[in-house]
Parts: sequence; structure tokens; C-alpha cells
Amino acid sequence: MKNALLSLSLSLLAAATLSTSHAQAKVTLTVGVFPDLDSVVKAAIPGFNKKFPNIEIKINSLAYGDHHNALTTALATGSGANDVEAIDFGYVAKFAEGGGLVDISKAPYSAGQYRSKFVNYTFPQAITDDGRMVAMPTDIGPGSMFYRTDYLKKAGVSAADLNRSWDSYVTAGKKIVSANPGTFLIPDASEVAQIIIRTGLASGEGLYFDKNNKVLVSPTSPRFVQAFTVAKAIRDAKLDARAGAAFSSDWTTAFQKGNLATEVSGAWLVGHMQNWLAKDFSGKWASQQLPGKSFTSYGGSFYGIPNQSQHKAEAWELIKYLTTDPAQQILAFKTTGAFPALKAAQTAPLFNEGVPYLANQKARLVWRTAANNIKPIDVNRLDPVADQIVADALSAVLDGSKTVPQALTDAQGLIARRAR
Amino acid sequence: MQASATAPPRPKRSPAERWESFQRRYAPYIFISPFFILFLVFGLFPIVFSLYLSFHSWQPAAGLGSMKFIGWRNFTDNLTDPTFWQSLRNTGILALESGVPQHLIAIPLAFAIHTSLKRVQGLVTALYFLPYITSVVAVSVIFVTLFSWQYGVLNVVLTGLHHLPLIGGLFPAEKINWLGNRDFVQPAVASVVVWRYVGWNTVLYLSGIQAIPSDLYEAASVDGATTGQQFRYITLPLLRPIMFVAITLTLIGNLQLFEEPYIIAGDSGGIGSVALTTVMYMYRTYNFYGDAGLAAAMSWLLFILIGALTLVNNRIFGKSRLSGSD
Repeated sequence: MKNALLSLSLSLLAAATLSTSHAQAKVTLTVGVFPDLDSVVKAAIPGFNKKFPNIEIKINSLAYGDHHNALTTALATGSGANDVEAIDFGYVAKFAEGGGLVDISKAPYSAGQYRSKFVNYTFPQAITDDGRMVAMPTDIGPGSMFYRTDYLKKAGVSAADLNRSWDSYVTAGKKIVSANPGTFLIPDASEVAQIIIRTGLASGEGLYFDKNNKVLVSPTSPRFVQAFTVAKAIRDAKLDARAGAAFSSDWTTAFQKGNLATEVSGAWLVGHMQNWLAKDFSGKWASQQLPGKSFTSYGGSFYGIPNQSQHKAEAWELIKYLTTDPAQQILAFKTTGAFPALKAAQTAPLFNEGVPYLANQKARLVWRTAANNIKPIDVNRLDPVADQIVADALSAVLDGSKTVPQALTDAQGLIARRAR
Repeated sequence: MQASATAPPRPKRSPAERWESFQRRYAPYIFISPFFILFLVFGLFPIVFSLYLSFHSWQPAAGLGSMKFIGWRNFTDNLTDPTFWQSLRNTGILALESGVPQHLIAIPLAFAIHTSLKRVQGLVTALYFLPYITSVVAVSVIFVTLFSWQYGVLNVVLTGLHHLPLIGGLFPAEKINWLGNRDFVQPAVASVVVWRYVGWNTVLYLSGIQAIPSDLYEAASVDGATTGQQFRYITLPLLRPIMFVAITLTLIGNLQLFEEPYIIAGDSGGIGSVALTTVMYMYRTYNFYGDAGLAAAMSWLLFILIGALTLVNNRIFGKSRLSGSD
């Protein structure tokens, strides 16, 4: 009896200890993220908790700019970062150069093993010159050209005429605009230059710098000369709405009024178009590849682990779940239209379905082709500086205050000055 | 005669007395400490740190450990950067374009409100002051919509006026691309700044005018001075101290112009970066280029410029010229 009591109390004690240790093992993981990616993480929680019931997820969502500023501050001061941090494409190079994020190419993470499972241009974006990898890709923005089928029909122009080459794009554009008074071929001529600059790179070249940090912008570079010349031709033929950057007031209004015949952007634009940007024109838009067999990426998101994180193992489990689980990637695509970076998720039946807004066109197949044709581009810490200098040079060409060679020579000098 | 060598033993104080003496001696410091703590944390520390930073090369995302001392390099790099000089030029032009009209409108307006609109003075002042207290983001966004090239109300009105008989020729036949043409971006931004700050300056000048003794005006009108003469010979000279304050505030404010050009022309300063002010460039250098040291040095160069211009303003309108020594 005594023994039975003793063993009972011992087993009770053991159970109590176990349950306490069980309760202690519950880890709260904080995830720093921005809209709409926050809805993706939120949607992932139930599925993730089925696999990891002991990891509780707390989402800290801030506006896009605030999120990245807060992350910069947290990395600079060494405290205040979340366990998992979402990073937008535009910021990856900046964070990659710093030492604040865990190198996930090393054990126990060994992210390199997943490389072949992802669209091939995504990994190089998060890898530094010295081979460290700071973030895992989750979604991508394959570039696509959207066009108004009704405007093309009225002008007797086929979609193939538009995207055979950049010259044919401009020629067809003239016909479209003259057949549809009050319309524009594209919101801003500079968008075309941006695509041409981003495509047709020689291997090992970055956008503005080569491997040895030599400036590639020059009045003799065919890539930059063509980019500036085509953009100028569009501006001179009065084909663009001169709306400036995407999401500007003129850009938005031009969409809402149905004054645009084409737009080049990431596949994600359809979500905006159907929800608010061009709600009234459902069924009139269609999608195809960018002109001149250009394939380029419009953004994308990543997840990284700050060195400060106290729960790196759990953080990595969540990142793996968010990025390498096909079901989760498809759920993300359904939730916000975040195009999966994981190739396995791109074979889901959903891809063979028509997109209702695009008159049931199977546009996702077009975007998948684009995604798998985009070439990796080497990123450089000074890309944002060069980006701005080139944009200024382009605007000087577009408004006629500089010639193409003049603007490119000036830009070359300014970039070289910053790169010394 | 001889004082006792040993002081009488001090009576032991009770805890209550000790507490009271502690309170009397230290409580004031505790009460005023929040100011000093806040000032140290949010005032003095950033100033000292930014000075320290301006002599270092630092990529914030790489953590504090990556800071490297580089001497005056950040200053020389800024001073040889054509974009920095362009941003200073833009700032100067915008400061003038938006600063001068503010005062040219506000002074006569304050005088008119004081002399002719006495009954509705409060209402009119409140109306003029409204833009100042409205969110600058909301104001700028609305102006962007008004300035829109294809769809803006401003162009609709102007081209509509063009069709009027007689005066139609004064207005443009074609829509003006306010924010897409480098000749119009700066005036567009400046007009928003003027609109926003005229009310503020009017209130300042109104308070100045109200402080001028009314018997001066009475004496002047007895002597047959017209309203214009009263304005010229009484109001303007006596407003000088207020002018000094108002112009100093405008000077400092305009050289730190950020929100209006940032929202109206975009973060790169619009077409040809003509509305890129120095503060915007500083923000861009830190936030987009990730170069904190260069941005800190830029802020100190701007500080020196503002200091110098304030001194010049002090020479023109300052105290030495107010005491009647001129």
C-alpha cells in the first residue's frame, strides 16, 4: 500500500513536472511584417500550429516604410527586432550588407538545400558578395504587360503586334492612341526605360555595376542608350500620360477613368485593378509577356532572422513553413495574390483556372513562364544611389533638357563619384 | 569671549523630520527632473550623437560595431556633391518663393483685418489660421489632386477661363503639367507653403499691430494722414520686432522644408529633382542609401547655413536696429 501510494505520488509529481516543462516549452515567436503580407502570416497560423502547437505566433504589423525603418533601427542598436522579419525586395541588399541578420546558408539552417525548389532568380537577391544568405524568398512579382482588348480591337492591332519588340510596341501604340482619342499607351514613358535597363544584362553584370564595382552606365552602353531612346520616342509621340510613379494621383485616376491602353507591372497589379483601381473595366483587360521578350521582376518579399532573436530554431521552422510548404504558398497566393516563389506551388490546379477579372484568361500560366525566365541580377549596395541618378538623367532626356549621350555621360560621372 | 571648541551635540532627528528635510532639499530636483531626462534623451543625445556620427562612416543596418572614424570626409564629400548643392539651391529658391509672399500678404492682411474687419476679426483670423493647423499630409494630397495634369481642377478652371470672351487670352489654352514640367514644380510647391503659413504670419502680425498704441493712429488721423500713410509710417516701423520674429521663423522653417515637397513632388523631388530640398536629400541619404554619417554631416552643414542666415537676419531686423540706433 505504502509502495503504491509512493509510486502514485511519484507519478503524479512526474506528470506535474512534465506538464510544467511542457508549459515552459511554449515559445512566443514575434513576426515583424507589413501589409498585405501580414494577412498571409495570419492565414498561416492555424496550419503552422497544427505542426508546432508549442509555438505561439505574435504578429507585429507596421506600415511598409515604418516596418523597414523600425527594422533598420533595431539592427543598428542591436535590440528590438522580432524573431522573424519580413523584408521587401527593395531592402534586401541594404540588410544583406549589414551583419544584423543570421546567415541561413550555414548549419543548422543550410538554406542552400532548397535553392533548386525556388524560382532561380530569388536566391541570389538575398546572397551577399561574400556568400552569406540573409533571407528566404516567399513571393515574387513576375513582370507582365496588361492591355485593353477593346482598345486594341478598335485600332485593329493584335496583342502580338504590341509585344514583338519595343519598336513594334511604339508603332502599335501610335495606332491605338489615334483610334481611341483621349487614351494613353502607358502611364509613364520612364517605365519602359526601367524594363529595358533591367533586361538584356550580360552574365555577371549588375544593373549599374559589374563585379569589380565598375560603373556600367555610359553613353556607349547599348542597354542604357536603347532604354533612354525608346522612352524618349514614346514621350515625343505623346503616347504616355506622364503620370510619374505608380500609385501617384495621375496614375490612379488614369486607371479609374479607363484612359490607359497598356500598363507594365508585376502580376500582383490584377489584385489592385479588380479591387479598386479599375473595377469598372472587368473583362476588358488581358495579360501577356512584356514586349521584346523581356522578363523582369517587380518586387517580392523575403523572411530573415535577426541575430538578436532568442528563438532562432523556432523562427527557422516558421520561415520554412511559410516558404517551402507548397500548401501554405498556395494559401498565400489565394489570400493576397502573392505569387509563389516556390516552384512546387506553381503547379497547383489553381494555375490552370481562368482569372475572372481578365475575362477568364489563364494568365497565371503567362506569369509562371515569366517567373521562370527571369535572370538573376547581382545587387550592389549603391544600386539605390545609381537608380536615382539614372532616373534623374532619364527625366532630363524626357523633358528635352539633355540629349541621351549627354545625360548618360553626366550620370556616369555622378555614379562614379559615389562609388569611389 | 572664547567660543566653545566643541559644538553641542545635534539632537537626533526623528524619521519624520529626516523625510521632511529630504523632501525640502531634493523634491524640487525630482519634480523638475522629467524635463531634464526628456531633454537629455530626446534633445541633447541626438544632437551630440549626430555630431559624433558626422565624422564616421556607418551603415545602420550593419549595427553599431560597423562605425568607422573617417575625419572630415563626410563633410568634404557633401561639399563636393553636385546633388547636395542642387538641393541647397532648390531649398533656397523654395524658401524665397514661399517665404517672401507669405509676409507680403500677411502684413497688409493683418492691417486690413485690424482696421476694417474689427467685428469679424476672430472669424476671419480663424479661417486664415485653419490651413496651419490642418494636417500637412492631407493638405498636400489635396493639392496634388488639384494640380493633376489631366484630371486636376486647376487645369479645368484655367482652360475653362480661356474660353471666356475678352479675358480668355490671359489663360492657357492647353492644360499645364504642373508637377511634370520642371518650370512649374517649384512654384506649385511654394504656393502650398504660402497658403499654409499666411494665416500663421497674419496672426503674428495682428498681435503686433494690436500692441501699437491707438493714440498714435488717432494723432495721425487728426494730422490728416491717410490709411496708407498710417500703415507706411506707423504700422510698418513699429512692427519691426514682430517682423524679426516672423521672418526668423519663416527662414528656419523654409530651410527645413520637407513634407510639402516630399508629398507633392515625390520622394525624389519630382521631375529633374527640382523640388529636392536639403532635408529631403538628407532623409534619402539615410533611408534609401543607408549612409548615416553622410546624412549627419549634411544636417550639420544645414545647421551652419541656417545659423549664418539667422545672423544676417538679426543684422537687418535684429535688436540693435530696433532700439532706434539707425
